[in-house]
Amino acid sequence: MSYSLDLATVWACILAFAIFAYVVMDGFDLGIGILFPTLEVGDERDQAMNSIAPVWDGNETWLVLGGGGLMAAFPLAYAVILPATYPLVIAMVLGLIFRGVAFEFRWRDPDHRAFWDIAFSLGSIVATLAQGIMLGAVLQGIHIDGRAYAGGTLDWLTPFSMLTGLSLLAGYALLGASWLIGKSHGSLQEHARKWAFRLGVLTLAGMAAVSIATPFLAIDYWQRWFRMPGVLFTAQVPLATLVVSGLFFWSLRKGRERLPFLLTLLLFALGFVGLGISMFPYVVPRALTIWDTAAPAGSQIFMLVGTVFILPLIISYTAWAYYVFRGKAATEGYH
Amino acid sequence: MGDEALILARLQFAFTVSFHFIFPSFSIGLASFLMVLEGLWLKTGRGVYANLYRYWLKIFAVAFGMGVVSGIVMSYQFGTNWSVFSDKAGPIVGPLMAYEVLTAFFLEAGFLGVMLFGINKVGPRLHFFATCMVALGTFISATWIISTNSWMQTPTGFAINAQGQFVPAGSWLPIIFNPSFPYRLAHVVLAAYLTTSLVVGAVGAWHLLRDRTNPGARKMFSMAMGMVAIAAPIQIFVGDAHGLNTLEHQPVKIMAMEGHYESHPHGAPLILFGIPDPAAKRIDYALEIPKLSSLILKHDADAPLGGLDAVPDELEPPVAVVFWTFRIMVGLGMAMLGLGLFSLVGRVKGRLYSWPLLHRLAVAMGPSGFVAVIAGWVTTEVGRQPYTVYGYLLTAKSHSPLQASAVATSLLTFVIVYFIVFGSGTYYLLRLMAKAPAPHETEPAATPQRAAGITPAPAFAKE
Repeated sequence: MSYSLDLATVWACILAFAIFAYVVMDGFDLGIGILFPTLEVGDERDQAMNSIAPVWDGNETWLVLGGGGLMAAFPLAYAVILPATYPLVIAMVLGLIFRGVAFEFRWRDPDHRAFWDIAFSLGSIVATLAQGIMLGAVLQGIHIDGRAYAGGTLDWLTPFSMLTGLSLLAGYALLGASWLIGKSHGSLQEHARKWAFRLGVLTLAGMAAVSIATPFLAIDYWQRWFRMPGVLFTAQVPLATLVVSGLFFWSLRKGRERLPFLLTLLLFALGFVGLGISMFPYVVPRALTIWDTAAPAGSQIFMLVGTVFILPLIISYTAWAYYVFRGKAATEGYH
Repeated sequence: MGDEALILARLQFAFTVSFHFIFPSFSIGLASFLMVLEGLWLKTGRGVYANLYRYWLKIFAVAFGMGVVSGIVMSYQFGTNWSVFSDKAGPIVGPLMAYEVLTAFFLEAGFLGVMLFGINKVGPRLHFFATCMVALGTFISATWIISTNSWMQTPTGFAINAQGQFVPAGSWLPIIFNPSFPYRLAHVVLAAYLTTSLVVGAVGAWHLLRDRTNPGARKMFSMAMGMVAIAAPIQIFVGDAHGLNTLEHQPVKIMAMEGHYESHPHGAPLILFGIPDPAAKRIDYALEIPKLSSLILKHDADAPLGGLDAVPDELEPPVAVVFWTFRIMVGLGMAMLGLGLFSLVGRVKGRLYSWPLLHRLAVAMGPSGFVAVIAGWVTTEVGRQPYTVYGYLLTAKSHSPLQASAVATSLLTFVIVYFIVFGSGTYYLLRLMAKAPAPHETEPAATPQRAAGITPAPAFAKE
């Protein structure tokens, strides 16, 4: 197996970046949706919604890039994973529909704002659970025959995938809570801080449980994590996670406003590195590698030429948009 | 997966893509309209443009949001329901769609926040720039997705590898600029402009019928009718060119559109109306003009035209669907031309704002763009059958290995959710449109993090 920097590896890195960007960016706005039922009707909810209204659309575009990019760069992976997780993908897109339209609809129809608030929250929860369960479904392995998915409709449904689903729910909610700390003041900020603490504990518990359960899924995972001398490297991930979580709780207690969110991002980055250790170079563990599923060089080069120029441009204007809406969110709503 | 699952998967795709297509065909035109309005306001400083901008921005926000969420469904549906197609055609259509995301979706989404909420954060010029970027994004998006679709209709520039995948044969230019792409792109973008103009015109007419002095209603009606008068004839010309292109590359689709079950060696008639009888392979009660079809398609009344009798049954598209939807589209196109001419007469006679009959007709034609767009889309997509990649990959061999029960459940859920969500959305849009454009429009949705009060943005308040 070659680890040289070939096209498929470059594309795997670009897609990993896109997925990570999606997870943390839509993660915090889905997290606001998950936390929504705990917020008070009125100013608290309006302020939370306003803090993400100008950016959620851009955040969700990374999901489209993840899907479209996977189809373009690794079509076989796309063609296997999506049928294997069919009900989850459908549930995810339907959840995203409900929460996406709620941003406008709740202002357009104050008489039914309660309904669209529930749609926003429930949609966010369903989409998050579906994404988390999909992660578990991929990690535990997918039954393949030839170039197609060969399992049943509900193969993904296992205790392990439920665990990853619930862990991601806690994780996104944590992103949402720590985002809100920086974007709000007064009672909402107090509220967000309280929840960030609880969700920090829950997220870490989830990460620990998933980390402990993963090596029991297959011997391959065990070897990747615990064989000498690799363990000298892999052991740094849980160690760093411990340090970052310590800092996270410290920053909460100190009443810092922006640090908790940045540390949560770091926590997600570490989880992502952990996933990389478990999976690379497989897209479907133990079955399909990035090279098995890669589109021909002609396709990957064509996309790479544009991506090299466009991706930095996207990052710059996205950063600008975040900069324009920096500072605390306002409470006033639709006039 | 049996036939049932295949039919259900096709129904699901048709349903979700038709719903999705409604929103972009409106927002492509509306984004350009907003760009023109804001540009005119910056240039002239006249308040009526600023007011119209704010009026239509609220409507744009609702429509665009629905387009985004219904579009996410599409980007995953290729994998969930058409996995064999994705595996085989992914190396070609995947990069085209990835470029759509990179060059269009991010651009739209990145600047939409500033466009909707940033008026007094960035100043008028930068805000106008954001509006332009959103409008440009909608256009770039149309370009890539129409290129993708056109490649499926008229595939060129590819080879087939050992795994049975379509792969680029060399340059990407013949893939992107495949034979039907320029015609289809022009046809679709014009359709989007027409659709938007008809909606804007209908809203203007609706309010003129109540108060013909309302400056906003007058301005939007005049602009919209001007656009219809210009775009409708161009669209008919482009549609004709598109048809000739289709005759060259997909003659069977034309046979279905024309209802030509039989070959006509000495000039084919144009069947205006009739009822296709697929079992007997004939058009009943046909009202036809001799030799006109040959004249239109070949520019020679006696030119021979082949019919479906020369095509094996299993390679025929569903004739009745293609035949009817094509007539609906063309009929509405002619009606649009009529409305455009009517408005010109009104303009010349100085009765543009005071001719209730014209206004009633414009209101009635309000939704006609959407109907024509969907009908045209069905014509071209159903006319591509039985293939997904025309001539190379059969639809029946493109789908995922799914159980019928799973697809039936998802289809049912989509239908229910779409009717609730997009039904409510359409109701909200109509409610916004029912409000007369007032001299002081409020701002769209929430305006987060505004520094000062709830007054309209200073830039737009000066009138």
